[in-house]
Amino acid sequence: MRLSKAWLIAVRDFKIFGHQKNLWYALIIFPVIISVLFPIVIQYAINREPGLPAARIPSILDSFSIFLIIGASFVPLGIASYSIVGEKVEKSLEPLLATPLTDGEILLGKTISAFLPTLVAMYTGAAVFMVGIDAVTYPILGYYYYPNWTIGVLLLILMPVAIIMSVEFSVIISSRVNDVRSASNFGILMFFPFLAIYLASQIGIITLDIDTLLIISGIIFVVDVILFFVSTAMFRREEILTKWK
Amino acid sequence: MKSQPKSLSNLFNIHIRKIYHSQGSVMIEIENLTKKFDSLTAVDTLSLHVNEGEVFGFLGPNGAGKTTTVRMLCCLISKTSGNARISGYEIGNKEDSLKIRKIIGLVPDNVGLSEHLSAYDNLDFYGKIYDLTNDQRKESIQRFLEMLGLWEKRNVSVGTFSKGMKQKLAIARALIHDPQVLFLDEPTSNLDPEAAKTVRDFILELKKQKKTIFLNTHNLDEAQRICDRIGILNTNLLTTGTPEDLELAVRSRRTVIELEQVTDEVLKSLQKLSLTNLTVESNKIMFDTSDLDKKIWTVVAAIVLAGGHVNIVNVVGSTLEDVYLKLVGENK
Ligand SMILES: Nc1ncnc2c1ncn2[C@@H]1O[C@H](COP(=O)(O)OP(=O)(O)O)[C@@H](O)[C@H]1O
Ligand SMILES: [Mg+2]
Repeated sequence: MRLSKAWLIAVRDFKIFGHQKNLWYALIIFPVIISVLFPIVIQYAINREPGLPAARIPSILDSFSIFLIIGASFVPLGIASYSIVGEKVEKSLEPLLATPLTDGEILLGKTISAFLPTLVAMYTGAAVFMVGIDAVTYPILGYYYYPNWTIGVLLLILMPVAIIMSVEFSVIISSRVNDVRSASNFGILMFFPFLAIYLASQIGIITLDIDTLLIISGIIFVVDVILFFVSTAMFRREEILTKWK
Repeated sequence: MKSQPKSLSNLFNIHIRKIYHSQGSVMIEIENLTKKFDSLTAVDTLSLHVNEGEVFGFLGPNGAGKTTTVRMLCCLISKTSGNARISGYEIGNKEDSLKIRKIIGLVPDNVGLSEHLSAYDNLDFYGKIYDLTNDQRKESIQRFLEMLGLWEKRNVSVGTFSKGMKQKLAIARALIHDPQVLFLDEPTSNLDPEAAKTVRDFILELKKQKKTIFLNTHNLDEAQRICDRIGILNTNLLTTGTPEDLELAVRSRRTVIELEQVTDEVLKSLQKLSLTNLTVESNKIMFDTSDLDKKIWTVVAAIVLAGGHVNIVNVVGSTLEDVYLKLVGENK
């Protein structure tokens, strides 16, 4: 598998995405909500009578941060489905399959093309989120809560593997369905594992500390590898041409 | 000094090519190729060959198995049985498949361009896939777009192009790496006559450049005008040959001579000539003519000698269309 060839496909997809406004909305809306809304909510909680006690702020913020991961697994659904379903609609896969590109190169290209824009959007959102939170919590905490090691692990390790899981999941679904909408609808399923993690942290079954985040990342990484093999196994040229109608 | 080895090797290449070409080396070789979709046999024991530099027309009605054949040859779908080789590489063999994909160009029945990308980017992407250098890509993209009259529109989204333009652009895309064989799947079938003509002219231009082309079509006229040889397919291969061969094979030209009046004397003298399938219909006599031989004039002379008055002499020929309809009809 040649990474350079996968990159070619990703770059072509970026150019195509540039023309699709609704993909941009998907990329922008969630990061904006998280990065703007959450600091406002915290600010509100602090200003309210009686104000939020400083001791509770760190645990609230840590559980909030799991929403960055939930967001990261939602944002690429539309893009990933579009990058496969769009090819089906334009019937542009057949000439591509007649070139010397391998299945792995094509699929890796598709994964990169949904992964990178999502990562950039989420990192931008997360940066604004951290600055906003620091701005509203500094007066009470007396120190800047972000950046810290926990968010570092969450952003640099958990988030990428979570995005990849979501992308691969939608690539697999997209090769089975015919329109972007139903592909995205299946993607709702991505919500549940992270919701479960969030609830577990709220109930106190787990604490979202660095160790837990690393374990979750490890599990998701294994899932990523499995999904990549599943997607290449399911990407059969013959079926794509004869059954993808 | 630096350019010397290059030009030498060029000479050498040209030389080799010429030799091969004069020997008519076989580019595509198909033996008993069969494809079944469950119980439906789409292509049945197909055997044929296409020579280098030849334009081969693969003619057949809808559902004849043309697309299925091309997809097998381009290693896009598996074969059920039989063999086929492209430039010596075996289809169905995993390693050869990759080599075949390097040396072929395919324009599928749906052109499959990226509508949101510009004409230039569509070609550039494929150039990169085939590892062309920056200079090679620039040079051939410009050459193709100028040839197609699209250079001015190179940065415009393909979505805005007419169907004929898209078809030609798709052909250029398939040629970007200078493939040894070009597969075209019904390149004019969705086009209006004018656009179809420009696409045909483009194919004729490629023919002049001695490209090996495998052309699927259900348009007889097109096959006849463009192709060196034609194969007629309806699940089975019914026949192959040059357009002229095919016409001759089933040719049943009939000569129709219209007289003022068919008199007994005229009939008697005609019977002496032992014409095949002689029929008389009011003031017309008709008989089979194997080829445009002198017989017609013998007949006319006999009629005149017998006191007949010839008004019109007409040869009603069988065309490729007759051959096609006859073969496809018999095969139903
Ligand atoms: N994926 C498929 N599954 C089942 N039958 C198919 C499939 N593709 C083609 N066929 C059948 O095979 C036959 C040949 O089809 P095709 O090669 O597309 O013909 P043509 O290109 O000559 O119009 C048709 O009867 C068609 O219905
Ligand atoms: Mg077809």
